[in-house]
Amino acid sequence: MSSRKSNALDLHIPAPRARPGDKPDFSGWSFPEPGDTPRPDVDTPAVELRDYAYGLIRVLDMEGNALGPWTPHLQPETLRRGLKYMLLTRAFDDRMYRAQRQGKTSFYMQSFGEEAISVAQALALNPDDMCFPSYRQQGILIARDYPLIEMMHQIYSNARDPMKGRQLPVMYSSKKDGFFTISGNLATQVPQAVGWAMASAYSGDLRIASTWLGEGSTAEGDFHAAMTFAAVYKAPVIINVVNNQWAISSFQGIAGGENTTFAARGVGYGMPPLRVDGNDFLAVYAVTQWAAERARSNMGPTLIEHFSYRAGPHSTSDDPARYRPAEEGRAWPLGDPVERLKTHLISIGEWSEEQHRVAQEEAVETVRATGREAEKVGVLGADGAHTRQSMFEDVYKDVPWHLRQQSEEEAV
Amino acid sequence: MATMTMIQALNSALDTMMERDPKVLTYGEDVGYFGGVFKVTEHLQQKYGPRRCFDAPINECGIAATAIGMAVYGLRPVIEIQFADYMYPAYDQLVSEAARIRYRSANDYTVPMTVRMPYGGGIFGGQTHSQSPEALFTHVAGLKTVVPATPYDAKGLLISAIEDDDPVIFLEPKRVYNGPFDGRRDRPVQPWSKHPASEVPEGYYKIPLGKANIVREGNDVTILSYGTMVHVALAAAEDSGIDAEVLDLRTLLPVDIDAIVASVSKTGRCVIVHEATRTSGYGAELSALVQEHCFYHLEAPIQRVTGYDTPYPHALEWEYFPTPPRIIKAMRRVMEG
Repeated sequence: MSSRKSNALDLHIPAPRARPGDKPDFSGWSFPEPGDTPRPDVDTPAVELRDYAYGLIRVLDMEGNALGPWTPHLQPETLRRGLKYMLLTRAFDDRMYRAQRQGKTSFYMQSFGEEAISVAQALALNPDDMCFPSYRQQGILIARDYPLIEMMHQIYSNARDPMKGRQLPVMYSSKKDGFFTISGNLATQVPQAVGWAMASAYSGDLRIASTWLGEGSTAEGDFHAAMTFAAVYKAPVIINVVNNQWAISSFQGIAGGENTTFAARGVGYGMPPLRVDGNDFLAVYAVTQWAAERARSNMGPTLIEHFSYRAGPHSTSDDPARYRPAEEGRAWPLGDPVERLKTHLISIGEWSEEQHRVAQEEAVETVRATGREAEKVGVLGADGAHTRQSMFEDVYKDVPWHLRQQSEEEAV
Repeated sequence: MATMTMIQALNSALDTMMERDPKVLTYGEDVGYFGGVFKVTEHLQQKYGPRRCFDAPINECGIAATAIGMAVYGLRPVIEIQFADYMYPAYDQLVSEAARIRYRSANDYTVPMTVRMPYGGGIFGGQTHSQSPEALFTHVAGLKTVVPATPYDAKGLLISAIEDDDPVIFLEPKRVYNGPFDGRRDRPVQPWSKHPASEVPEGYYKIPLGKANIVREGNDVTILSYGTMVHVALAAAEDSGIDAEVLDLRTLLPVDIDAIVASVSKTGRCVIVHEATRTSGYGAELSALVQEHCFYHLEAPIQRVTGYDTPYPHALEWEYFPTPPRIIKAMRRVMEG
């Protein structure tokens, strides 16, 4: 290669601070203190909210104290419910991850470290608000009391799989629970959620929509389509960017997070941009409540960036130790969402180590017992789980002639 | 009955459905106040208000995706993609999402949306205002694809599309929006008012999806066509002196296989005409279907008359556009076979 000129242009390729073998390095981040961020009135014009894109809304400190104006003042019972749903989600993830390793299914995705986002938001929304999730929000279904066994049937593609064996594991759907069918194509659900919210407003309904995507998928055009339409039509929708810092092996800088925040995407669209500690159950609950109230008052959409850390692998198909320091998750300064809520509950005298141990065991036992039931029905690959005929159904409302003909072709 | 152009008939279909069903709404680029660049949505905003007929940002992905969300909610959105050539940013939403939501959710969610888009050339629109992308839709499981050729069919088919519970791609042959252009450039274009299919009822009626129309009966050769090319095929039949049967397919998917088989079995000869590029075009599917279903009736190899496998050339538009002489040449070839 010829030598470069001294004034030659240079191409910048973002790289994370630490790779395998390096010490985890989060020194680049600075976080405001818990309780320091003011809580604006819900009807504050978006133009006055720009600073929120660059701060971080925090309620819980690391000792478990709830501080400042964003404290949602929830009943202890609600906090315990939230904690139990998070424990259940974690136990579920743990078992299904191992089930994949045991060959009982083809694929699984955990939400380890991100449980507060799904669970707190599910509790902060109304039960009939419509959710357009990505693939790591199983906590919503669990917090809406969707039967765990149905989720397992789906993951095992067995005879009782509500999706009839058509979908990759974890791509759940439940209309009665306001949980939209998950797509494997990233960010497609975001503008769909905006459309649903527009339809709700058009119809004079009271329900709002909420949608989730990862920080990596904010690079998709669909996200920007969603932001434009949501802002233009003031759609009653909450757009949640779950910044878990990793898109498979690509750190958030590859999605454009090196020089700005993902919440800041909202500034250009004139949308309130709230940036919140995604591992802080109380803060997540509080910002969701704020955004939901705003949407319900016809004041339009809110963009929320949940700053978190993907503590597990992307899926069962990757080994994070090959692209980031193995101990990076444990070094994440904002801790673990389950531990933090537990510490808070104990600090206010509403929980104990013993209660926690029992609750954890109950969650594990519930999942174990449910798992045994699901496995009795069948795991992936069991013969006869689905009829060949079922493959041709639901492509259209009615089976057209060409599909009928194909279904009647002799099976080989 | 009134005499309508295809534009007026499409407008009447939207008007009829918006009147009947508050769940029907329409939007797209320039669709609202202005009434669309081709005026298909003219006066609808004034009549039904801005919430039911409005302008959309220039983002086809967003237009398609929001319509999916609305359809999932329970509305029946009709969106306009200003030119079929602009649909590619929406393609993922149409192919990976709209088409598959019923299937992937095991009938939990459905997407009753209609995607209107003017297609085809002959208007000196260059590469980005002339394409015929029908095969990109007929190849997709879960989509229906419809192409009307006359004002009467346009209204009846659009109403069927709007009432259909699955996503329908509705391709409008813009070359015949204002008259049944038949490819004879040396003669003045007739207005729709002189064509019997411009007699359009003011109210509600439907033409079922999946049913072809025999627009000319004949015994010697079957011409399979749709959209603008139906009129070109009729002109070719007239000029050729060959007793051709011309089928207007109207719906490309699901296609009316019975009508195709009946006609080709009778004539034993088949010419397929479309404006889209040839390779892997919809004509390839038609050719395969005829071969599979009518092989022992065929007297000659099937012929295809299509656009060439090039981008749509601006200055050479009339070299590209399948004209009656090209169709006649193919007809003579099958007659010799």
